[in-house]
Amino acid sequence: MGKKILLEHIDVPGIETYDVYRKQGGYTAVEKAIKTMSPEGVVEEVKKAGIRGRGGAGFPMGMKWSFLAKPEGVPRYLVCNADESEPGTFKDHYLMKNIPHLLIEGMIVSSYALGANKSFIYVRGELMYVIRILEKAIAEAKAAGFLGKNILGSGYDLELVVHPGGGAYICGEETALLESLEGKRGNPRNKPPFPAVKGLYQCPTVVNNVESIATAAWIVNNGGDAYAAIGIGRSSGTKLISASGHIKKPGVYEIELGVPVEEFLYSDEWCGGIRDGHHLKALVAGGSSVPILPANLITKLANGEPRLMTYESLSDGGFQTGTMLGSGGFIVFDETACIVRNTWNFSRFYHHESCGQCSPCREGTGWMEKVLHRIEHGHGSMHDIDLLVDVAKKIEGNTICPLGDAAAWPVASAIRHFRDEFEWHITHPAEATQPGAVFKGEMALV
Amino acid sequence: MEDIKPQLVKVTIDGIEVEVEPGTTILQAARKIGGNVAPPAMCYYQPLKGSGGKCRACLVRVAAGSAKDPRPMPKLVASCITPVQDGMIVENSTNEQVLTTRKAIVEFLLINHPLDCPVCDQAGECDLQNFAFNHGMATTRYEEERRTFEKQDIGPYIQLHMTRCILCYRCVYTADQITQKRVHGVLGRGDASEIGTYIEKAIDNDFSGNVIDVCPVGALTDKTYRFKNRVWFTKPVDAHRDCPTCSGKTTVWYRGDEVIRVTARKNEWNEVTEFICNTCRFEKKKTSDWVIEGPTKISRSSVISANKYRGDLIKPDFQRKLAAATYTHVDDERDTSQLGIQQLTPERFAPVLPHANDPEP
Repeated sequence: MGKKILLEHIDVPGIETYDVYRKQGGYTAVEKAIKTMSPEGVVEEVKKAGIRGRGGAGFPMGMKWSFLAKPEGVPRYLVCNADESEPGTFKDHYLMKNIPHLLIEGMIVSSYALGANKSFIYVRGELMYVIRILEKAIAEAKAAGFLGKNILGSGYDLELVVHPGGGAYICGEETALLESLEGKRGNPRNKPPFPAVKGLYQCPTVVNNVESIATAAWIVNNGGDAYAAIGIGRSSGTKLISASGHIKKPGVYEIELGVPVEEFLYSDEWCGGIRDGHHLKALVAGGSSVPILPANLITKLANGEPRLMTYESLSDGGFQTGTMLGSGGFIVFDETACIVRNTWNFSRFYHHESCGQCSPCREGTGWMEKVLHRIEHGHGSMHDIDLLVDVAKKIEGNTICPLGDAAAWPVASAIRHFRDEFEWHITHPAEATQPGAVFKGEMALV
Repeated sequence: MEDIKPQLVKVTIDGIEVEVEPGTTILQAARKIGGNVAPPAMCYYQPLKGSGGKCRACLVRVAAGSAKDPRPMPKLVASCITPVQDGMIVENSTNEQVLTTRKAIVEFLLINHPLDCPVCDQAGECDLQNFAFNHGMATTRYEEERRTFEKQDIGPYIQLHMTRCILCYRCVYTADQITQKRVHGVLGRGDASEIGTYIEKAIDNDFSGNVIDVCPVGALTDKTYRFKNRVWFTKPVDAHRDCPTCSGKTTVWYRGDEVIRVTARKNEWNEVTEFICNTCRFEKKKTSDWVIEGPTKISRSSVISANKYRGDLIKPDFQRKLAAATYTHVDDERDTSQLGIQQLTPERFAPVLPHANDPEP
């Protein structure tokens, strides 16, 4: 049984209310931070914890906090990125709707550490009911004196604002999120300047994921060293994994980083294995934008050692044989899944969600989607495969924001590892376009 | 008080060193050198604040970030928005990766752009046409259907044809910054995004006509000029008039004796130097309205100057004439191929030798 930090009290009835949450030791982090610690002290603990951003990029959170510019007379902001829209990722949604106070507590502690007097939670617009839950939780926390003016008599003021997004994936990109929060069209900004220098309303801003901010409360309570002791090396702490696909027990699981992928997949504590009578064919380890890996590569490293659920182990081997932990969207495919169709589906998503600001992404995502659509529907030709690889390569790294990369990686990796399947779709169009038709050729199944 | 001059920073672009003020972008520094060193720009527009970074045509490689931190930048950077650092080394047309990427950008911009230059009003003065001609491929790999839009009516002066738009956002910035009253913007997202007024509202503003000049393609064209002529049949002259609303400095385009259109003046990077008002642009179409200053300088490589120059009438500049006049052939017996120098032959000066019709220098 792994250590649980965020989901420890998830099963307590009524945990979404202030009273129950408080009884379970809630808001002690706020008391401890505001009464006994300096803001710098909190930042120091988070740095010691070595927690890496849980939104996908895995940038060390303490480092991000310490980069925050602190000019005199200019407000600083903390923005919580709750615009979770990555296909395959649903951990923040789960956390916010079940334990809203955990996020509120984390927000208070983090805002205190950064010296922000007004903080925002930017929630994906589709989750209206979660927004209501959060607003209720904020009202409760305010009534209890943990929010508002002069919190716990310390003289520190904090206002929390919940902002519904407009329903765009791109607004999960931090600068697009800030633009959207300012009331503009959610186009990502050119960087530099980074939000730590010029963010919301051109003021220094930190944008953190829900899970990262919620963890800050535990770190304040138990100390950074205690957090760093969990996990392996630079992948410290626990991570929420949203497991979905052809597994027996889909859901959100909190794991200590360092659990072997195979164990996570087959243990009854977590995914419970592939559904009966089927085998693992492919796996997307960190949300739709990370490279897809075939069964043999996801369970074992190139040197034969088991692959672990850590930032380092999953990206071992680069993109040739590795992938990324990303946001923890664990999508499992068994042998009944058609990789071409799946790639087309992902590609369609990115085509639909590209903001249209920079040309490689705007035109390239649409192009890839159309070519994949053609291959999937039996009108492809052999040179289409190389064309896709080339287009993906030309998008990658040449765009303003990472959406271009996110659109290119799934396509490039699917072709890298499942080229046979693409070729089969092209050489056997009549067979491949039958409903439910799947490539039956040689492939590694585990 | 003495002017305090900021310390200049040194940048090397394509092996050529240039000194610029701190805060200058790589693109501006490269333009200072000029020629092939300047990266192309489809969305960046110097007079418009905030423009740039979108088209990715100007991507360059930074081989060394600065003298202090000489590490190369991991990705190609958009030169129009990246400020220079002292000791920065930039590779533009000397880098293979930059050129390949540029080719890809042309391809991306053209996949949804109709390839019908012969019927487009912008042909001949189109930034995208020039960009594709300089950096693109001869063929297309795009087999799918292209994105098209219905034409939108946005008033009596300006024709908006979204099908040709490459979403550079220049017209949006122009409307924002020049006219203060913006009624159009970008709607939708991805390759379905379009420039529009949402409720087909006429753009009614004294300076609205400037969006035509800033548009790099034929998406926004002048209704009073549209399809009346081809730009290479016209003769541009610089002219001015006393205008109560704008500077009145324009380029007036003639076909024969007839003024067929008026535009703002553009510099060598095809950027408007002074924005003009709609009265000057759309209503003053008689020679008597204008004080003619002289022919507009048009690049020799532009199609606009086609058939307007005669080689025998080219006046060589004074320096070259002097060099030709004082030329004496030195009988050099050495093997100059080993020395890296070359004796110039009289033929080299043939085109610049004084012509009978030349006025005295």
